[in-house]
Amino acid sequence: MSSIANIPPQFEIVDRPLDTQMTISMGPQHPSTHGVLRLELVLDGEMVVKATPDIGYLHTGMEKLFEYKKYQQGIVITDRMDYLNPLGNNLAYVMAGEKLLGLEIPERAQTIRVLMCELQRIASHLVWLGTHALDIGAMTVFFYCFREREKIMNLIEAASGGRLTPSYFRIGGLMMDLPAGFENRCKQFLNDFPRAVEEFHKLLTGNKIFQRRTQGIGRISAEDAIDWGLSGPCLRGSGVNLDIRRANPYSSYDQYDFEVPTEPDGDVWARYMVRMREMKESHKISVQALGRLKPGPVKADAPKVVLPDREAMKRHMDALIHHFLIVAEGFDVPAGEVYFPIEASKGELGVYMKSDGGAKPNRVHFRGPSFVNLSVLPVMAEGEMVADIVAIIGSLDIVLGEIDR
Amino acid sequence: MQAGPENIAPSTEPTPSSESAAPSPLVAALQREHSESISEVINAFGETTIVVPREHIVEACSFLKTSPETRFDFLADICGADRGPEEEPRFEINYHLFSTTKYHRIRLKVLLNEEDVHVPSVTGVWRTANWHERETFDLFGVIFDGHPDLRRILLPDDWQGHALRKDFPLRGYEPYSLK
Repeated sequence: MSSIANIPPQFEIVDRPLDTQMTISMGPQHPSTHGVLRLELVLDGEMVVKATPDIGYLHTGMEKLFEYKKYQQGIVITDRMDYLNPLGNNLAYVMAGEKLLGLEIPERAQTIRVLMCELQRIASHLVWLGTHALDIGAMTVFFYCFREREKIMNLIEAASGGRLTPSYFRIGGLMMDLPAGFENRCKQFLNDFPRAVEEFHKLLTGNKIFQRRTQGIGRISAEDAIDWGLSGPCLRGSGVNLDIRRANPYSSYDQYDFEVPTEPDGDVWARYMVRMREMKESHKISVQALGRLKPGPVKADAPKVVLPDREAMKRHMDALIHHFLIVAEGFDVPAGEVYFPIEASKGELGVYMKSDGGAKPNRVHFRGPSFVNLSVLPVMAEGEMVADIVAIIGSLDIVLGEIDR
Repeated sequence: MQAGPENIAPSTEPTPSSESAAPSPLVAALQREHSESISEVINAFGETTIVVPREHIVEACSFLKTSPETRFDFLADICGADRGPEEEPRFEINYHLFSTTKYHRIRLKVLLNEEDVHVPSVTGVWRTANWHERETFDLFGVIFDGHPDLRRILLPDDWQGHALRKDFPLRGYEPYSLK
């Protein structure tokens, strides 16, 4: 291998036995790899002997870019990591910054954050459900999922102005308060959503083909799952009752009443059932959050960090000065380092943020749940059929934007 | 003027003297069994950081994983950081540990000089360390001794340099071409 010989190799006819292993490359353009993931599969017939993920096709150096941007400019970069759960990324990033600054966030802002993150979690799970079913061959589910997701996208657009890249949370609170009429539209959506979940169950859960394609496939035990760092629904699908919202509560999640669904089997079906049940729990949290919304400020009382209101800027000199300084020079963050984990739709999303005291971070690192969950694929895929790889990838719910960053 | 960041932020200066007076139970457990693997304890922002000499990182990790008091069975993350080419020690490797039963977290930190960027791999303790260490190797050029498969993971195999080092320019040295 190492010495590429100048002499051409001797031509020889190899008489291959029928059971020879074959190496094929799956992706990076394969539609069921959910992005640009390449798998190097060593096959024995149709059985997978070894699967090696090859990532990095979408690497854009985001972590490097953070070091050249002011803290508030970094928020828009986070949108583009896990683009199915951008509000979760926003939340982890801004809360890491708030931890360094020691900011207190008003209650209304925290409640809106919870509400928006849970809506986003439902939207993320809907994309997973639609594409997972599509991969396995059930096309109808996809349209039903995207119909519901569209309603959530409209809500997020109404609040933030963006659909896929909302950048709604800011260090110190929110970009702005919810628009008038949002609560009614949200209530309408939340009223209809349980019926939609029933529809998904009718379409898929009782389907014999779907069951046989998923049950007993891609098994991983609870011990292995923890050792491999699986998190989120994938870990709970192996029977481990772990949810960062419960374990290390943030943004007042400890005041909400919800269950952490777990399934014991550790296969594709278990991960499917966990996410289906999680959508109901997210719905439950959203309803509670909507009920808790009380009028109040949505930005922290920290004029050197949070942009002033438009009206105050027109009347008060100091507000204008603060606005100018924040926009032109940014704000200094005390030196130090924090690691802030949240429960994103795919698992533990941790932000490591290191400041050396200036207006730009010294280092920002994202512990992407997809990155870690994908590293487990070789373990799950070993000994499975090549067609089941598609089901296993779907059940891991990966987003390559977050893996490659 | 209201409380700006400098007024409301907690002190970031590590105060080892006050820490040694009342160490957290996690640090105390490690101190009792492997006192040589603690060179400094930093408490800041509600997080505990233990600076570990690199030759002791594997035994510190396996102790923290198995000890009934700590039970750090979940390695959340490994990430590197570069303090800059003029700093010595230049590189930091941060290990973020988490316990799935006790829900507590801790950070271990290994400091490395630029001339000798070797650190023992913890893949034998947690298998999830595999990709994290590959990523740190790829972006910082830190060599993890004993890693089963230390290859670049995000950047192409023939990439020159290590992209997250501070002396690596943001736009790279030259346009990269796929030859």
